Amino acid sequence: MKVVLRNPRREVEVPGNRRVKDVLRELNILPETVLVIRGDDLITADQQVSDGDTIELRPVMSGGSEPHPRPAMSGVSEPHPRPVMSGVSEPHASKTGHLRPYPASRHPLP
Amino acid sequence: MKCRKCGSAAVLELRRHNAAFCAPDFLEFFRNQIREAIRKYRMFERDEPVLVAVSGGKDSLALWDVLIDEGYRTTGLYLDLGIFDYSVESRAKCEAFAAARGVPLLVRRVADEVGAPVPVIKAVTRRPPCSGCGLSKRYLLNRAALDEGLPVVATGHNLDDEAATLFGSVMHWQMDALPRQSPALPSTHPKLVRRVKPLYRLSERETAAYAFLRKIDYIVDECPFAAGATSIAHKETLNRLEDASPGAKHNFLFGFLEKARPAFERAEAVVLNECARCGQVTTGTVCAFCKLADQVKRAAPVAGGGSTPVL
Repeated sequence: MKVVLRNPRREVEVPGNRRVKDVLRELNILPETVLVIRGDDLITADQQVSDGDTIELRPVMSGGSEPHPRPAMSGVSEPHPRPVMSGVSEPHASKTGHLRPYPASRHPLP
Repeated sequence: MKCRKCGSAAVLELRRHNAAFCAPDFLEFFRNQIREAIRKYRMFERDEPVLVAVSGGKDSLALWDVLIDEGYRTTGLYLDLGIFDYSVESRAKCEAFAAARGVPLLVRRVADEVGAPVPVIKAVTRRPPCSGCGLSKRYLLNRAALDEGLPVVATGHNLDDEAATLFGSVMHWQMDALPRQSPALPSTHPKLVRRVKPLYRLSERETAAYAFLRKIDYIVDECPFAAGATSIAHKETLNRLEDASPGAKHNFLFGFLEKARPAFERAEAVVLNECARCGQVTTGTVCAFCKLADQVKRAAPVAGGGSTPVL
């Protein structure tokens, strides 16, 4: 069966005739992070998909925000320094729903 | 899997509620959660006009869709961030949505207001792009609401957004941020409008499902600058907890709002001034937005204007 993934859009072939949750597990995708779409319908993780099916796993994560709720209103003149995170400038595939390592915070030496 | 309400075939399982719904019952569940959010936090009254901040994404368009259906008087505001094709496409989605429903949409260009679009701001400030972008959005949303005489701005922040923000604040013990995190921030100054988040009870998977089932044409591809953002890493971490323990995100956020937030509210009031430059509200003398605009003008005097700059 064909599985359509997004961000970036691509297709992979996996064996069918099993439940959606088994496909998600094989692709290492958490059910909470995607909608499973077959044709014009959403399907649940316990549903069976066949070899001839095409399903789209559409990521639901939106993001990119400052960690502060409202600095422009009450903390406006002195923005809080952000911690340096590893890999912040590197594009990666996190928004596909795949797991990746949590970025480590760097601490200055004492 | 069967719908919990009517017993027909379910289209979406909500593990945190130990439930599944068919499409009509899910849509009703979704609307009920928004009604409850508006009621519980007295976000706005029936007759109050609401400015809805829309990005072209699933959350803000789903929110706008529900508020229109519920009969609220809404005006959309789209901020053109100037982020290449992403902004062109997301603006088109918002304009098509507004035109199809016959509701007004305001458009403001960050490049006109700050002096340069977000990609240039990112380069000039050398800070993560979400930083200058978020600051500009909050400032411009507030100012647009004031200009239009609208008392309240509604944004599409969902349960995942709020839980990730809370997680980040707790991870770094940002004691100033914790008391300010709320689904509704009242106006504390004549030049600050109320800010509300009617989707705070709904996960982003639920808003995506609502948008899909309602056939809302939203931008699926996310902002190209979001990849690698700290908030994304926090969301991924919370999603792993959620997978192991359904309801973890809900409990984390709702527990904070109901039990912990009052303890973080500071007794002393923050003194609010008006910016010496633009007149908007700040705790200092010149607000962060004007400082940002100054920085952009100094570093990129020719960068302003275009919505698709070449860097």
